[in-house]
Amino acid sequence: MPTEAPLRAPLFQALASETRSSRRVTLSFNGEPLSVPAGISVAAALLLSGIERFRATPVSESPRAPYCMMGVCFECLVTIDGVPNRQSCLIDVAEGMQVRSQEGARDLPFDMPVVATLEVQP
Amino acid sequence: MKRSTAAINADVIVVGGGLVGTAVAYGLAREGADTVVLDQGDDAFRASRGNFGLVWVQGKGYNLPDYARWTRSSAQRWAGLRDALLADSGVDVSLKQPGGFHMCFSDEDLLEREARLRQLQVAVGDYPFEMLDAAELKARLPLIGKAVVGASYTPQDGHVNPLKLLRALHASAQRHGARFVGGQHIGRIEGSAGDFRVWAGEQAYCAPRVVLAAGLGNPGLAAQVGLHAPVAPNRGQVLVSERVQPFLDYPTINVRQTDEGTVQLGDSMEEVGFDDSTSTGVLSAIAQRGVATFPLLRDVRLIRAWGALRVMSPDGFPIYQQSTTHPGAYVITCHSGVTLAAAHALRIAPWVMGGAQPDELAVFNGDRFLSDKVLAHAH
Repeated sequence: MPTEAPLRAPLFQALASETRSSRRVTLSFNGEPLSVPAGISVAAALLLSGIERFRATPVSESPRAPYCMMGVCFECLVTIDGVPNRQSCLIDVAEGMQVRSQEGARDLPFDMPVVATLEVQP
Repeated sequence: MKRSTAAINADVIVVGGGLVGTAVAYGLAREGADTVVLDQGDDAFRASRGNFGLVWVQGKGYNLPDYARWTRSSAQRWAGLRDALLADSGVDVSLKQPGGFHMCFSDEDLLEREARLRQLQVAVGDYPFEMLDAAELKARLPLIGKAVVGASYTPQDGHVNPLKLLRALHASAQRHGARFVGGQHIGRIEGSAGDFRVWAGEQAYCAPRVVLAAGLGNPGLAAQVGLHAPVAPNRGQVLVSERVQPFLDYPTINVRQTDEGTVQLGDSMEEVGFDDSTSTGVLSAIAQRGVATFPLLRDVRLIRAWGALRVMSPDGFPIYQQSTTHPGAYVITCHSGVTLAAAHALRIAPWVMGGAQPDELAVFNGDRFLSDKVLAHAH
């Protein structure tokens, strides 16, 4: 898993005139704790924290970050609290949220009890 | 004959730039014909952008073995088409032909399925298939749901990425010199016997041969050159999911996982005229059937849904015919532009260039619809 430590100052900063909340919440991204303003989207929070690689694409594994910030482009997909492929631009931050980069296509819940294989005995 | 200086001349004019027209044009251009493809635009009903991507043989041609033979001849040539497209365009259309499954949800379905395939085997001869009960199916597809009581499997079936196919056909045809002209609304077709003039607004296109591959636009065009092509829309709706890790190595009639990870669901057929919208009732039925087939899809997110219109003749089979009153004018129309792409590129094109008609095609004359027989879809 690549580390996500920003190499330079974040590309994005909150507009002072738009900052209505002084409250902050703590979430984690790939295990690293981040303190971010409350009341903003997960995508905005990650960008403010200097994170530029949200996911790797399923086909070519190239890095991606949010593009449209309005729910259309699906570039901002992350795993949130264990649920894969969430559109981080559409989800508000919450205290204790565990966010992980979306590494390629999601896994499926292969719920295959051992008994399933016993059914196919000839 | 003296032609207008404004006219554009070619050896063959193909009307229609979808999978059918472009496959034929690719074959023609490979044969060295100077080919012009006239495409309408995104205001048209574009079946080639809305299909399911199956290269499907099993079950097709029930009551018409020549359709089974024609379909199989295309499936057998598909690997060659894939290789040619890759060489000409650099596009890998992701063909896989591992065989395919048709799921049955009741014992009656399973018996009817077996009877259908048995009859095809008797009619066609070499026609391998297997009927699988629930346990046998689970051994092949461990993730299958309990609601599936069995399935038919034939080794002839496969699938491709249909959007990459359309792009590969366009690029490959152009690589061989075919000229594509977009935004062309075809009005009149004039001329006869090897001297045709196709009008798009004020622009005339002239050629000794014209191929009508305009999908749902064919009926009005065909009538102008002595051909009968009474095709009508039949709507299919499709759901597509988020990309997920590979879980399904085979195409099935109602669920397939694409080469890039999405899951496509859909096998609906509706007669609703020129309406390619979606409806909640049909989409929910498709989704329920998909989840019944593979229960692990229950928690997978759907990201898009669409409707598209099949190009359906009254009996569900294709129409392939050269005009007797206007020799050099052909109509080529079907609802399986993906499956039949190889036959269209490799077998129809030589026929249009003056070769013999492929021998399976005699029964696909559009004039069969000139009688008053009542026909039922049997595709």
